[in-house]
Amino acid sequence: MATQSAPIFDTDELVINMGPQHPSTHGVLRLVLKLDGERVVDCDTVMGYVHRGIEKLSENRDWTQIILLTDRMDYVAAATNNLGYCETVEKLLEVEVPRRARYIRTILAELQRIGSHCLWLGTHAMDIGAMTVLLYAFRERELVLDLFEEYCGARLTYNSMRIGGLPLDIPSGWDQKVRAFCDVMETKLPEYEELLTNNRIWLERTRGVGVISGPDATALGLCGPPLRGSGVYRDVRKDEPYAAYDEFDFEVPLGTQGDTYDRYLIRLEEFRQSIRIIRQALDGLPEGPIMGKVPRLLKPKAGETYHAIESPKGELGYFIVSDGRATNPYRLRVRPPSFCNLQGLKPLIVGHLVADVVCLIGTIDIVLGEVDR
Amino acid sequence: MAEALAFYTLSILILGLGVAVITTPKTVHSVVFLVLNFLCVAALYVVLQAEFLAVIQILVYAGGIVVLYLFVVMLVNLKRQPEEHQDPRRLAKVGLVLSGAVLVELAAIVVYSYGREPSSVSAPSPAFPVQGNIEELGWLLYTDYLIPFEVASVLLLVAMVGAIILARREL
Amino acid sequence: MLDTLVIPLLKIVVLLNAILISVTFMVLMERKVIAWAQSRLGPMRVGPYGVLQAIVDPIKLILKEDITPVKADKMLFSLAPILSLVPALVAFAVVPFGGDELFYVADINVGLLFFLSVTSIGVYGIILAGWASNSKYPLLASLRASAQLISYEIAVTMTLVSVILTSGTLSMVGIVEAQLADGVWYGFIQPVAFVLVMIGALAETNRVPFDLPEAETELTGGFHTEYSGMRFSLFFLAEYANIIVISAVTALLFFGGWLRPFPNVEALAFLDIIPGWIWLFGKIFLFLYLFMWIRATLPRYRYDQLMRIGWKLLIPIALANIVVTGIVKVLV
Repeated sequence: MATQSAPIFDTDELVINMGPQHPSTHGVLRLVLKLDGERVVDCDTVMGYVHRGIEKLSENRDWTQIILLTDRMDYVAAATNNLGYCETVEKLLEVEVPRRARYIRTILAELQRIGSHCLWLGTHAMDIGAMTVLLYAFRERELVLDLFEEYCGARLTYNSMRIGGLPLDIPSGWDQKVRAFCDVMETKLPEYEELLTNNRIWLERTRGVGVISGPDATALGLCGPPLRGSGVYRDVRKDEPYAAYDEFDFEVPLGTQGDTYDRYLIRLEEFRQSIRIIRQALDGLPEGPIMGKVPRLLKPKAGETYHAIESPKGELGYFIVSDGRATNPYRLRVRPPSFCNLQGLKPLIVGHLVADVVCLIGTIDIVLGEVDR
Repeated sequence: MAEALAFYTLSILILGLGVAVITTPKTVHSVVFLVLNFLCVAALYVVLQAEFLAVIQILVYAGGIVVLYLFVVMLVNLKRQPEEHQDPRRLAKVGLVLSGAVLVELAAIVVYSYGREPSSVSAPSPAFPVQGNIEELGWLLYTDYLIPFEVASVLLLVAMVGAIILARREL
Repeated sequence: MLDTLVIPLLKIVVLLNAILISVTFMVLMERKVIAWAQSRLGPMRVGPYGVLQAIVDPIKLILKEDITPVKADKMLFSLAPILSLVPALVAFAVVPFGGDELFYVADINVGLLFFLSVTSIGVYGIILAGWASNSKYPLLASLRASAQLISYEIAVTMTLVSVILTSGTLSMVGIVEAQLADGVWYGFIQPVAFVLVMIGALAETNRVPFDLPEAETELTGGFHTEYSGMRFSLFFLAEYANIIVISAVTALLFFGGWLRPFPNVEALAFLDIIPGWIWLFGKIFLFLYLFMWIRATLPRYRYDQLMRIGWKLLIPIALANIVVTGIVKVLV
């Protein structure tokens, strides 16, 4: 390298605000980017624009009312939020959930994973400029939403689980529709892949972009597909099985390079694994009650517990403290996967171009409702 | 008549735009005036029936080189005042020398052309084995002016290599 | 007087109106084609199958408030949309829609170069719009546009040299007539040049996958972020007019213009019943459809990748193509 020469011209670094109103920040994320030409030299992540104080609010709601609040965190994957919360309270209450309820919960969670990944795939491809994939992915997400609507009446914020089980049994014929959806989804996945997986432009835009090594990803606390993309085997469904996951056979896809393309491939494979899990669950769906034996008044003993599930975004954990006196939690704390993955954004972005920034925001798959809570 | 009218109109425009280029305070504005200036020069070539030259003038200068000027002007921050040179009257001195040179040049042209027959633009051109503006130009370049043409290309090549070496310190 | 002034003026008036109207319908066509590609219906509300959308859209744009940002450079901010539209329209002057004198405004002996130089001026609109907005995203778009234009213009111009070598003329009419004389569309004897010109055309008209100066999802609309109303629509008129003119030129240079397929095969002479301009319009439509198809299919390239393709791929191939064409030309 030659000796550093003084710049001939006054080339200031350009500071631009990406967001909170920007089509590609997936909500109200704000990035203050310091640019040298188009290269990002520094990045400051600003968040909190949709902070609604859900954790604090929970301290004044009774245990069942909080389920409704969890819907509003990761609003594209409400069912998994419900699941995580309900299971944590069940752990605190030491309530046994009937097997049928656990099976249906698993089906709902995996349907939700497909729905959430559809939204991720569509927006991620849109950010990189492939607009047709967005419409295709939303077409299939619509089917997921229809299934949820038939199950619980809502399309976005489901409030679909209760402490100790489920509010509703599945409607008659619903399982056939889910099966039909699985078949449809299986035929649609090659359509996405045809547009993207071997597309030269897609490869050039995603390969080698936002590379993060396994140890680095672990150190940053990344979770979910961004962590698995770097080759780290960590899936709560396998490591600490919850719901009915220990009864099903599925694989956890792992990446090798830790780049955006690997994370893309992993999520596409997760579509297939989800379909596999749903099919197994439908095949073995046991008869029985859908509600466990839950006391009429929910008043857990004093104590604290942490429980995590694998949401579509990553490890979603709830930490709940009960003082044993009130019918509401003393403290509720959420470990949101989006928030933890957002930590990895800065190391991913620095050194890349502006065009890669939107691609990298897409690849970590955040929902700002969950980041800010 | 129409030709003379067009010539004088264009000349006034070219000179006016030239003055505008060096007097506008904003750099981008002066680049825009420069583009317009080049377009007028191209129009002048058309008046002189040199369509090929006119089109090349637009393609290379207006469409290519000035775009690069704009690129650089936008890339660097020119809002800062230029630093004071050690000799505050340096510009005045350079200007004096340059204007003297131009004066001498003009005087030389006047003295040289005084008393000579005005040669007509539309003088019968030497017989070409080809017809048409571009064809004639090509014929001349590859026969009478072959050596200057090749020298010019070598010069441009040298300039290009030099630019690449300057831009990339380590190869 | 009649021949030198009135008839050309009439032709210009007709041509300009035809372009502007076809642009509005082209927007409709694009919305429909992309909608069908994405399993949607596209505009359906105004008129049968949304046909009247083409008339409603411009009215809406004209009626919208025209906002000039306070900190913008007023003169250049107003000038930029005009600067981008005018060259796009002027380029049509040398596009012949048929062999007869009735079908073109001018057939000058440097027609192809004229087309190239005029389209190269069009980028000033985009560059100045981005700069004059006095806003950061448009400025980035300006930088991208200028870099992109330089890289791709050189490649396209060099590629066209090989076509000029083949035809031996720069006149648009002449090039089509040369194809008739050679009895073959140049797309078949210059396939490499055709592909390069198509790539260059996508880049020069800022279309997907090279729509970096607009880049909705990166630069929030790029150079026209701060524009609204009629000025905004002028940019779009320019973009679509450019697409039409580039499609027309590609059809003329590589697909025989108004010539029927296989112009030398006598057995196909019955195809001559269809007038030449219909052949040309059909070919233009084909290219317009191609542009839209590509837009619905491909993701966007990144800035540095686009420059790499331009300088390291297209220009060397174009140079090699010239050399090969020259050698073949000398040998044959």
